[in-house]
Amino acid sequence: MDIDQPIRHVDAVAFQFSRIKKRIFRKKYLKIYVGGSIFLALLFASLLAPIIAPHDPAKLDLTLKLLRAFESEDFILGTDNLGRDLLSRIIYGSRISLLIGVVSVLFAATLGALLGAISAYFGKYVDELIMKVVEIFLAFPFLLLSIVIMAFLGPGLTNIIIALVLSRWVQFCRLVRGEVLSIKGRDHVVAAKALGAKDMYIIVRHILPYTMPSLIVMCTFEVALVIIYESSLSFLGLGVPASVPTWGTMLAEGRTYMMAAPWLSVFPGLAIFVTVLGINLLGDGLRDVLDPRMRGR
Amino acid sequence: MEQEALLRVTGLKKYFPVGKGDLFKPKEMVHAVDDVSFEIKKGETLGLVGESGCGKSTLGMTLLRLTEPTAGQIWFEGKEVTRLSKGEMRSLRRQMQIIFQDPYASLNNRMTCESIVGEPLSIHKLYTGRERRERVAYLLGKVGLGAEHGKRYPHEFSGGQRQRIAIARALAMNPKLIVADEPVSALDVSIQAQVINLLEDLQNEFDLTYLFISHDLYVVEHISDRVAVMYLGQIVEIAPKDELYSSPIHPYTEALLTAAPVPDPTAKRKRVLLTGDVPSPIHLPSGCRYHERCQRRQVDCLDGVPELVFVNKDHAVRCRHF
Repeated sequence: MDIDQPIRHVDAVAFQFSRIKKRIFRKKYLKIYVGGSIFLALLFASLLAPIIAPHDPAKLDLTLKLLRAFESEDFILGTDNLGRDLLSRIIYGSRISLLIGVVSVLFAATLGALLGAISAYFGKYVDELIMKVVEIFLAFPFLLLSIVIMAFLGPGLTNIIIALVLSRWVQFCRLVRGEVLSIKGRDHVVAAKALGAKDMYIIVRHILPYTMPSLIVMCTFEVALVIIYESSLSFLGLGVPASVPTWGTMLAEGRTYMMAAPWLSVFPGLAIFVTVLGINLLGDGLRDVLDPRMRGR
Repeated sequence: MEQEALLRVTGLKKYFPVGKGDLFKPKEMVHAVDDVSFEIKKGETLGLVGESGCGKSTLGMTLLRLTEPTAGQIWFEGKEVTRLSKGEMRSLRRQMQIIFQDPYASLNNRMTCESIVGEPLSIHKLYTGRERRERVAYLLGKVGLGAEHGKRYPHEFSGGQRQRIAIARALAMNPKLIVADEPVSALDVSIQAQVINLLEDLQNEFDLTYLFISHDLYVVEHISDRVAVMYLGQIVEIAPKDELYSSPIHPYTEALLTAAPVPDPTAKRKRVLLTGDVPSPIHLPSGCRYHERCQRRQVDCLDGVPELVFVNKDHAVRCRHF
């Protein structure tokens, strides 16, 4: 009888595989996969820029200036007014965008999460004080705030990160404060207090880990936002030194030739667009999975 | 034999403000714990019963200064707990621990069982390395869990097992007093018995003193030496277990005892039915807190809150008419 026959190993493996396939390729993860691939591609491009890029992004050759896109095999996306390869410059530009996006969000998230947690945990005048500072920061439109900070600090990679951290930490602070207000009364936090744990230990060990899901989601959205603002600052000439290729400066330079050579602005613009779209998709997908409030919608 | 009191509480009050208040109106207060005095002797179990919202849990939390008392004193082994600084309080916490009602909420679900039980040791820097691991294994064994459970996370355990982990954590520092805040209310009846027995065994072995908070009269009758009955933030009656269950004096205790179901369906019993709701702890009734629902109400019940008076050496009651 069939029933007495042992299940063949191949069938079992195939069955397991189809189950795994079903679990991995669920529709709800689609956004994460698409967004994640874009983000990973970007990461690779920036890490391997010297290998991938067909040309030196800084090499001038005025004999090759303003080559049209898709006309030369050697310069697929064309060249700019100084004869530099656009594709190479875009690839190198991803380094700055990603570096600034990730680093400033990491710092902003750390600063904001710590202050937010402290604010909510201790309450009373600590809370009042920190929240007043947050409100002062929030009172400025944040691009304006970054412009003011950049004007004070002068251009430079570190300075632009400082400017972005200073204008974005408040968002994390408010998010984490709200979360901590609801977490701090839970039994496991009271239990830690009953054990005699110190306040900062409780915050770091028992409260902050519980804010991680929403914090991660917010981080991805913020990376996308910060990339846009870095481009805006670079566009305004307040970013990194002009010699470093960034998408923002490329947009700004291409603007002069908008009518004659539209590809000079279109492709850096597209790069920003795709990057931000990818990261936002990733964040959206992560939120669907991680954030319990969004579950089942 | 007169035993010394491990914990003595006098005139303890805990009020919570409600709302924002008004410039010309005093802030309204929830009188969660209002003028509570009692003591627990070394090695005994004091049961604390009362309906939900009467302030049992708040009392437990306030005793350990997990919420700061509004007024009153708490003495632990002759030390005034209410006067200790933050640092002194932290080291005193080795002596007094708490077990919570909901074992799903009281364990950090991002830590392994081992690190949860070992956490008090690391916080107070007791033992190191291998000794600490051995101590954790010993504690897990004491609460009926195996060493193989150490590496698992709370979600891999059942409710009863989680409560055992919480008990092991409370035991880790060899405390003298354990406040058990409804430790079995969230568990199945069959598991309840196991956990109660475990608590009793541990009490004998480690000479523990319990404040056992519960709304389950049978559980309290089983485990306690003395029982205190709470109503609207006050202890209305406190007496040795047998005396309280056989001859309650306060009308509320009487009503509470007759309300508990008896496992025999044919048993005839005289019930004292409570009417009305528990008055609001914000707007307290004038006079005796219980007079609105009392079956033995008299005119003088409105003349202020009665004092807790001792009927005999161990039996005190907050009622004028007995």
